[in-house]
Amino acid sequence: MSRESALVTADWVEENLDNDNVVLIEVDEDTTAYDKNHIRNAITFNWHSDLTDPVRHDVLKKEQFEALLSANGITNDDTIVLYGGNNNWFAAYAYWEFKLYGVENVKLLDGGRKKWELDARELVTDVPVREEATFVAAEQDTSIRAFRDDVLAAIGAENLVDVRSPDEYSGKLLAPAHLPQEQSQTAGHIPTAANIPWSKAANDDGTFRSDAELKELYEAEGVDLGKDTIAYCRIGERSSHTWFVLQEILGVPNVKNYDGSWTEYGSLIGVPVQLGAVAGSPAGGQG
Amino acid sequence: MCGAVAGGLSLEGIDVSKETIIQGSVTRGGQPVAGAYVRLLDGSGEFTAEVPTSATGQFRFFAAPGSWTLRTLAPGATLDLQVVASQGQVAEADVELPA
Repeated sequence: MSRESALVTADWVEENLDNDNVVLIEVDEDTTAYDKNHIRNAITFNWHSDLTDPVRHDVLKKEQFEALLSANGITNDDTIVLYGGNNNWFAAYAYWEFKLYGVENVKLLDGGRKKWELDARELVTDVPVREEATFVAAEQDTSIRAFRDDVLAAIGAENLVDVRSPDEYSGKLLAPAHLPQEQSQTAGHIPTAANIPWSKAANDDGTFRSDAELKELYEAEGVDLGKDTIAYCRIGERSSHTWFVLQEILGVPNVKNYDGSWTEYGSLIGVPVQLGAVAGSPAGGQG
Repeated sequence: MCGAVAGGLSLEGIDVSKETIIQGSVTRGGQPVAGAYVRLLDGSGEFTAEVPTSATGQFRFFAAPGSWTLRTLAPGATLDLQVVASQGQVAEADVELPA
């Protein structure tokens, strides 16, 4: 993968607004922004109610994923362009989920909704009507998905990248600061994880930094890109953003997103946890 | 506009004594700016959170005690404002963009 195959620019989207083979999807945790306005001809997926299992704590099952895309008139021949607010966090999660099910023709709009708005480009309220189609997904590709046992085995052995803010990493905050801080998880991070906030990979307008800047970012923090890497955050959406940077933009192989992230790890009994600004030893501790 | 009340967005259901709140509004020429982006940067200038302003130009963060920078982005304008927050208090920060 590369920047050219994984990303499209706002200009490219503007030129393809009426292209019938391009499906624009706005993805966010709160789709009221879409209800207010959106890019012309875009449909919307809600990260929680559309892209996660309605009963268990999991991504969609293959059949549910196929049903969602089919119901929204998406075929395997379409080019799917994902974008959203929150600096594309949830769009990147959707991209990762699409890749999990083998979708090849999927791209992210660089900068997402924020860049589009700051450029003062056209936004509309009309909701497009799409006729039902048939979409066929592949079996789940778990080579890009880490589960908790993979994470425990990676402590002190593989690259663990905690992409939350420094205050969440150290244990000072339990959630991103736009959310109330009362959470059930314990505070801290997975021992030996490097703290490379997702935000360092993006410019203020939400676009991704250049390939050279991105490569230097991870190497300067001591990440050996020749090793396997697991990225995590709190709920797996910001780490999808970093997974996207490493695997899809920089073309680094063997990168997994831990979608259980801190909501799962910080709730496990008896696992090592590290507090403070240091990566720590495998046993964890106060910092 | 749901949740918008005088003095800030509704805090119903949130235990304010446990939170460290930074909130305010973004205006330009005295008028509220909806859909501006407010970024919360920590003491070292590192990004911590970002929210778009509401239809009434308001924003809110649940931070930790200490010094923070609010960076506001709107078409054609970027403005930084320093703010100090403490637990159980609501730190008000009003951002006036150049006209």
